[in-house]
Amino acid sequence: MSDPGSLLEAARTGDRRALGRLLTIIENQDPTLRPILPRLFAAGRGAHLIGITGPPGSGKSTLVSALTRALRDRGRRVGIIAVDPSSPYTRGAIMGDRIRMMEHSADRDVFMRSMASRGELGGLAATTWQAVAALDAAAYDPILIETVGAGQSEVEIAGLAETTVVVEAPEMGDEVQAIKAGLLEVADIVAVNKGDRPAAQQSARYLRAMLSTAGGRVGRTPAPVILTTATTGEGIDRLIEAIERHTREARSPEQSRARAVNQLRRALAELAQRRAVAHGAWLTSVEAVAERRLDPITAAERLLGS
Amino acid sequence: MPADERQDPEQPGQPDERPTPIRVLIAKPGLDGHDRGAKVLARGLRDEGFEVIYTGLRQTPEMIADAAEQEDVDVVGLSILSGAHMALLPRVVELLRAKGMDDVLVAAGGIIPDADLAALREAGIAEIFGPGTSIGQIARYFRERARRPG
Repeated sequence: MSDPGSLLEAARTGDRRALGRLLTIIENQDPTLRPILPRLFAAGRGAHLIGITGPPGSGKSTLVSALTRALRDRGRRVGIIAVDPSSPYTRGAIMGDRIRMMEHSADRDVFMRSMASRGELGGLAATTWQAVAALDAAAYDPILIETVGAGQSEVEIAGLAETTVVVEAPEMGDEVQAIKAGLLEVADIVAVNKGDRPAAQQSARYLRAMLSTAGGRVGRTPAPVILTTATTGEGIDRLIEAIERHTREARSPEQSRARAVNQLRRALAELAQRRAVAHGAWLTSVEAVAERRLDPITAAERLLGS
Repeated sequence: MPADERQDPEQPGQPDERPTPIRVLIAKPGLDGHDRGAKVLARGLRDEGFEVIYTGLRQTPEMIADAAEQEDVDVVGLSILSGAHMALLPRVVELLRAKGMDDVLVAAGGIIPDADLAALREAGIAEIFGPGTSIGQIARYFRERARRPG
């Protein structure tokens, strides 16, 4: 049993080994995957997709672990995808998110998968959205998607997740940081983690004051700012309540359409790149662009046959 | 993957035809609290192009096998300095086999007396790397022996 079709069927009935192998086939974009992709997406049960993003060291993994504990207490089966960066030089990666997840590692109702970003720059791997679909088909709900440690503009997660939680640590900057465009703008909820630090209250106040002016989020309610201490569990219940309150807004027709547009754009970009690279004229096109005999736009149009 | 080849400073502009990275789980079974060796190896394997999942200290064989199953790794590397290797290492292999993961390469490193090597190999530990082993040697071994992903 190694064809993706049987793996998908087995994963849907609770076979964790099959789900693990299916995720590898997805991650490697094995050619055998293509025929079952429609079935994979059709098998989705509509799990709540929750993105967890924020700067390196803000406590994303610890917060994911604390959320998982609280969700398990509520009887939910939790799926987790944690993305870490790949080296642009060697393609190697170190994925350390399991270190914080130790307490859940033998829990049959928690499934966690680490993914290397493999050259993607938006904070996710190119195949994360398909991996999420596999966890959804296997009846994990919610699915927590932890991004690469994000700077200011790794906002891909907002196109995939229904609810995006931006995790900030205290003393990360002043009010101007809070009104810059980018990461905070995509937050549906802001968690100020390490809430036991002296400056945590102050940071939460800054963020609340600035986000309540609503800036980029025209027509949307300001993101609530919640103080959490992931290591003790303080504030986690309030965070879960905020996530649950956000579900309805996340599933409005406008939001659903926005996510669909994002998925289509991603699928189109991948398809176009695959076609172009497989095209007989790929290498000569690269040469022509490198030697400035051809501009990249025209080269791309020719490779796609337009 | 087209996205890779744009980012890759080694082969700019070329479609990436290198094989998919090998996934390795590095775990520390049992109670010893020294993981410098495991971290150095994780870092070294990263530089050799492996995708390394590091699970941290004080893992039970059950936790390691469950992590290997979810991560669908090609290699499990066990680092142990405590002396409990005869109890813990064969148990990891047993649990992996019980999950149908017979094709996963299991290797060990750390402080393991020569007298125990044969018994560990018998129990399914493919190779045992002692002090002084270079990262290059381990990387080469994993590349030669790991099942191909996918």
